[in-house]
Amino acid sequence: MTAQALTGRDRPVRRLGDTLFSGGASTAGAIILAVLAAVAGFLIAQSIPAVTTPAEQISILRGRSFWEYALPLAFGTLWAAALALLMAMPLSIGIALFISHYAPRRLASVLGYVVDLLAAVPSVVFGLWGANVLARAVQPGYSWLADNLSWIPLFAGPASGTGRTIFTAAIVLAVMVLPIITAICREVFLQTPRLHEEAALALGATRWEMIRMAVFPFARAGIVSAGVLGLGRALGETMAVAMVLSPALVINVDLISSTNPTTIAANIALSFPEAYGANVNVLIATGLLLFAITLVVNTIARVLVNRRKDFSGAN
Amino acid sequence: MSTVTAALPNALSSARLPKNFPWMLLAGALLVSAIVFILMWMSGPEGSEFDIVGSILFAVAIYAVVVYVASRLVEGRRRAVDRLVTAVVTAAFVVALLPLVSLVFTVVVRGAARFDADFFTMSMRNIVGDGGGGLHAIVGTLLITLAASVISIPVGLLTSIYLVEYGRGWFARAITFFVDVMTGIPSIVAGLFAYALFAVVFGPGVKLGIAGAVALSVLMIPVVVRSSEEMLRLVPNELREASYALGVPKWLTIAKVVLPTSIAGIMTGVTLAIARVIGETAPLLVAAGFTANMNYNLFDGRMQSLPVFVYNAYVSQGANAAASVDRAWAGALTLIILVMLLNLVARIIARAFAPKTGR
Repeated sequence: MTAQALTGRDRPVRRLGDTLFSGGASTAGAIILAVLAAVAGFLIAQSIPAVTTPAEQISILRGRSFWEYALPLAFGTLWAAALALLMAMPLSIGIALFISHYAPRRLASVLGYVVDLLAAVPSVVFGLWGANVLARAVQPGYSWLADNLSWIPLFAGPASGTGRTIFTAAIVLAVMVLPIITAICREVFLQTPRLHEEAALALGATRWEMIRMAVFPFARAGIVSAGVLGLGRALGETMAVAMVLSPALVINVDLISSTNPTTIAANIALSFPEAYGANVNVLIATGLLLFAITLVVNTIARVLVNRRKDFSGAN
Repeated sequence: MSTVTAALPNALSSARLPKNFPWMLLAGALLVSAIVFILMWMSGPEGSEFDIVGSILFAVAIYAVVVYVASRLVEGRRRAVDRLVTAVVTAAFVVALLPLVSLVFTVVVRGAARFDADFFTMSMRNIVGDGGGGLHAIVGTLLITLAASVISIPVGLLTSIYLVEYGRGWFARAITFFVDVMTGIPSIVAGLFAYALFAVVFGPGVKLGIAGAVALSVLMIPVVVRSSEEMLRLVPNELREASYALGVPKWLTIAKVVLPTSIAGIMTGVTLAIARVIGETAPLLVAAGFTANMNYNLFDGRMQSLPVFVYNAYVSQGANAAASVDRAWAGALTLIILVMLLNLVARIIARAFAPKTGR
């Protein structure tokens, strides 16, 4: 410490350490902005040839235009993520409620940890499990659906013999986003004002009525943003879909047949290792599309979270 | 919750089901379901497996129906709905556990087949059928993850220090916003970015270990920023003010007071961030490629990593499919053990380095 006397003027002393430290810290911040700009910049630069090159010269398009190629992929991405969210959402709310309001206090933290373990499993392991174990386990169910409910377009069939359909992929995705949604819902449920809950109980409400009247209204915004964040995660998930699905470039809503729409991310993973020339640009352009979709979804989630800043646990 | 159970017993309330009724009913439902499924199993085709999942789900269904009807008859509609919801919520938790149990069980059982010395001492060079191992993948994973950590931890930590200690105005707000955006980047897009970046520098088609590390950094930096920022904000302001009052400069305050106080949390967050990226497959598949050979040089040629090894062994099974799939499971088991170890280390760090109170 320099023992400088402040002679008259109260000028703060700029020390070398301070300059270095604040300089380093703000440089690191600037690096993040630069990286993000670079991500957008490089992806856009590499995507342009996909649209400008004549479609006949790009073998992966097989004569279609770029948009005819990208549209089924975008549909498959949204479709699989929506199915996954449809399954994961009620289940997550149930699990979060169980941990926050039903399980004995001592057990609750252990159970929360168990659910977090699910989030730690690498996606490639989920893919392996989905393709080898889950697909076989659910295949008889698909056959039954095709035999008995084929008048519903979702189960038109014919049922896939391997069970590796978009629905199986969606189940795996649901298992993967489950811990994310559960963690946020749990935090939000736990932040319900204690007095609201006790007031409801004091008026004679059962535990379920208390949850419906005190917890859910308070947590609604948090639940929605948890769902949207889970959706963002499901949209970008690659390996589980790439390994489980037997893909085709189609748009259909049949859940159980062997011709399934595939997702952008899975398509990149499957095609990229063999891609060359302008094919690479096409794949990068679809990646940019995926980036744009997830950006929109995540922004919606942020807006919802920020509207109720009180939920500090929700981000 | 204790308040809930305390609120219900009421001398004026109507008749109630006995207190241990749910447990007896659950045991009964499990018994009935087990008998039904054992009978089906005996009469079913030879060699079929006993359907554990089905029997549990059937028992839960029996329980839910019986508890609702019984409660409806004895206690009335509202309590019946309450009991039904309790059953449903508990069932949701059990359903979520099924995939976890099934996954861990399968990975351990099937991974054990090739979880041997060969797997940890051999690469896949010149291996066509069975044999071979994942040493090259393990080395690659460790190197790439190490490089990613070397890039991400300083950048992430310094950024969080900036946000907490220095950041004011539009620049800090912009960083916060873009860290949020970065959190949402799909992993495969990060891989494409690293590929595009290195393709511009080294020409198209280039795949390097360091490109994989850059891709992982893009995923890892926001996680590190987020967790460290949270930890730094937990440091009480009184500590900083006490330090300033003693005439300590700001940078020394951060280095000697703020960081040591929050180091446990920061290290835990960093370890969890490593655990998160070590299992990433897609970005490495795109940016670092795959190979059967050992490669110790991040800057020269393709580099195999454990997740890509698992994916590759499964997707291109080659001459001896069973051996390849066995290798995939062994790789998956190694990967899970690695991730679980990192999670464990994170918890131990959080315990051991936590600032001691009451000195």
